[in-house]
Amino acid sequence: MNAGVPFRRMVGKRAPRKEDARLLTGRGQYTDDVRMPGMLHCVFVRSPVARGTITALNLKAARELPGVHAIYTHADIGQVPIQLMTFFFTPIAAPISLLANGRVACVGDPVALVIAESRAIAEDAAALVELEIDEEVPVVTISDAARGALVHPGTESNCSQEMGAAEIPEAVQAILDKAAHRVTKTIRHQRIAQSPMEARACVASFDGAEELTIHISCQSPHFVARYVSTVLGVPQEAIRVVAKDVGGAFGLKNMPWREEMAVIVAAKLFRRPLKWIEDRFESLTASSHAREQEITLTAGFDAEGRLLAAHGDCSINNGAWPMGEDCNIAVHMFMWPAYKLPAYSFHTRGWYTNTMGLGGYRGPWALESLIRETLLDDAARQIGIDPIELRRRNLVRREDQPMTTGMDITVTDITPYECLEKLLSEVDVAAFRKEQAAARKSGRYLGLGVTTYVEPTAVAGIMTPLTGETAQVRIEATGKVTAMLSTHSQGHGMATTMAQVIADRLGVAYDDVTVFDSDSAIGSYSPGAAGSRQGVIAGGASWRAAELLADKVKRIAAHLYNASPETITIEDGMIHIAGAPEMSRPLREVAEIAHGEPFRLPEGMETGLEAQYRYQPPPMTFTSAAHACMVEVDPETGFVSIKRWVSSEDCGTIINPGIVEGQIAGGLAQAIGQVLLEEMPYDAHGNPLAATFKDYLMPAYTDIPDFEYLHANTPSQTIGGMRGVGEGGAIIGPPTLVNAIADALAPFGPLDVALPLSPHRVLEHIERAEAAVRLEEAI
Amino acid sequence: MSEHRIELTVNGRRHGATVEARTSLGEFLREELGYTGTHLACEHGVCGACTIMLAENGNGGQAVRSCLMLAVQADGAEVTTIEGLAEADGSLHPVQQALRDNYGLQCGFCTPGVAITLAALTADGARPEVEDLEAAMSGHICRCTGYQGIRRAIRQLTGTAQPAGEHA
Repeated sequence: MNAGVPFRRMVGKRAPRKEDARLLTGRGQYTDDVRMPGMLHCVFVRSPVARGTITALNLKAARELPGVHAIYTHADIGQVPIQLMTFFFTPIAAPISLLANGRVACVGDPVALVIAESRAIAEDAAALVELEIDEEVPVVTISDAARGALVHPGTESNCSQEMGAAEIPEAVQAILDKAAHRVTKTIRHQRIAQSPMEARACVASFDGAEELTIHISCQSPHFVARYVSTVLGVPQEAIRVVAKDVGGAFGLKNMPWREEMAVIVAAKLFRRPLKWIEDRFESLTASSHAREQEITLTAGFDAEGRLLAAHGDCSINNGAWPMGEDCNIAVHMFMWPAYKLPAYSFHTRGWYTNTMGLGGYRGPWALESLIRETLLDDAARQIGIDPIELRRRNLVRREDQPMTTGMDITVTDITPYECLEKLLSEVDVAAFRKEQAAARKSGRYLGLGVTTYVEPTAVAGIMTPLTGETAQVRIEATGKVTAMLSTHSQGHGMATTMAQVIADRLGVAYDDVTVFDSDSAIGSYSPGAAGSRQGVIAGGASWRAAELLADKVKRIAAHLYNASPETITIEDGMIHIAGAPEMSRPLREVAEIAHGEPFRLPEGMETGLEAQYRYQPPPMTFTSAAHACMVEVDPETGFVSIKRWVSSEDCGTIINPGIVEGQIAGGLAQAIGQVLLEEMPYDAHGNPLAATFKDYLMPAYTDIPDFEYLHANTPSQTIGGMRGVGEGGAIIGPPTLVNAIADALAPFGPLDVALPLSPHRVLEHIERAEAAVRLEEAI
Repeated sequence: MSEHRIELTVNGRRHGATVEARTSLGEFLREELGYTGTHLACEHGVCGACTIMLAENGNGGQAVRSCLMLAVQADGAEVTTIEGLAEADGSLHPVQQALRDNYGLQCGFCTPGVAITLAALTADGARPEVEDLEAAMSGHICRCTGYQGIRRAIRQLTGTAQPAGEHA
């Protein structure tokens, strides 16, 4: 029962996805595909202004529209007591309610809920609701928040959480003062709309006195059941949550939020099944947003370019009703574990503003890699050293480990240095530099960005919702294998990868394994897709559960066929006894006996053929990577075209390279969107300005290059040796592309990084530099 | 709201219905006829998830956004949705097979539209160039895959693929 057992025929293979046959033929079951008898449709009336007091809410005309069943406001929904929680199951501190309670604090704030025969009628009725608001000047930006009125009257400050100190500690300041080189960089990261292709959705049905069935587009049915139970204060066993297929989530659907909870409460009050399907306008402007942050990092280097100390100062625009009212401490915690940095200090603040609240998004702490890796490139230019050489001098190598950073993160098996060397074996930097120099002479601007990072994945046991995972594996009397998992998939392909693991460890055909993972009534609690955990923890649980089950099969076979358990192997669904090939039996024979003829089992053995394992991995499992990206920037149009992108990552044991590469590619595409295209701007009145996919520019087919992949496979310390890979592309992608653009534009001076680096911003940069040159020439 | 009687063929089956003038073809296919494989993702004609194939007056099937077309406009038309793409015996259409072979989908929400567009352009023995299919993909948004598997599927469909598992 160890990793040396010779069944590895499926782990590591590009197995075709089990999900695809259903999803490719239109037979998926997303939440909007669910229908219930008597089901009605919900639409929200939302605030059109960013801040003010509701002075009139006239529902008369709307209520009289034929087909309208009810219109609920806070006066109705508020009868059911609730306590909204953060992802970490701590109470939301802001005075939050499901529907606006007298005041609105952002555009899109839900004010009323219309219940009608059809979505069209509900939308008609919503348009008839007369809402008057005594408008106030909103607090929109981080600097507004520091100076302006309180977003939530009655609170002490718009700063909801502050850690560290604005003033750099003396010890760090002293090192910075003496450093041979000091580099400071500021990044303004725009606001992102996560934009899964399936927007938020739920169907809620109260049955009997307490029973509640929820179909919801989410990242974990178990998390939702626990969350709803906690928020409503009702027993969890009465709640069943189903999410068969989910059309992308990316952190947005970590937890149900005000709208889903309002629909659930309305279903409780109205006693009819209710469906809410968010439209794209709502998804863009009224779903939780992500990322809006500003950070300044100062680092000191010695004469040889070795890091001495650094100080980071970060502010996050959390909006009015964020899912977590925090200051994103993780940005500072995970900034330096890959690098040898003796001293780090930080200051970090989270701010309320009159904008839509922030929620989760792939790699929520990713700003650390963006600011660090772009600062390192600036430093290389300033010091006059090659940026790759600068990294080589500072990266943590194998022989440096275990190493503990100033933020108390200990790394024992990271490989950023090795990933970088592997990357450079594939990317001919010298040849590129030659090509770049020649191109510049003809007025073409090529650039190269090379970055390294490490990422904590599969965090478990150190934060309330982030736990281990359970796998229950059963060999049915038919000999086929069924697995029930606590994890959940929103396109991650768990039905495929977990079947690969189970097939190998059990010794059965991949086609004979079916995985279920989409119902809170099966499996047990886990946060599903949160923090790049599924392959690592659910994979480890499946791995061990299948081994435990194989062990039981062997004990039964040994008893039945008069052999010793060590001589028995299971391969491709057949039981073999060493030295007695004529004794080979189909697994089905043992399965039938285990289920139906208990008297033939070894004495005292439990009947049936199933095993369960809940896997508690190490608290964190680190994934490392190095990426390279080459771009050409057109100085006439400001357009950036990506010429090549190579990923060199170490995610340990790879269960399915097709799925691993799909995760990396998806994260990189989102990274490219963040750097070049996507932005949810607000105007001075607090209006979100991107209301359609014509305004909110999603990365399209032609924006994304072919990605190349190099895999290092350093097994982790987990069962199976996997490392998480879900978020990495979205973390290392942005600095890789920004560095390539900054390198291309180096002749025009240091690049001011305000995302997105749209053609307009790139042209501004070029024109500013050219104007400066003209001015110099004039003098 | 005015109501209209329409008749149309969907995936080879004839349907008659009375629809409100404002009902989109996509909503009608999903809500009235139960073809929930057609996904409405932006409802303003940008993302392409809702794409269906439409043939009128003997024209070959064209890829059409079912969120921008009204059900009344499809009166008399022959519609193919994602449910109608595979063979009756369940074997996948070459486009579906190519997407499956190349990890062309993750969450699957945009996939029906992608598959229908590729199927419309390769129907009736048409042999489009890679560039034609890639140009058509500019009308589809996928948030999961970074389009890598769709690109490989297009190469497979046009016979320009590298061997499976090879990457540059």
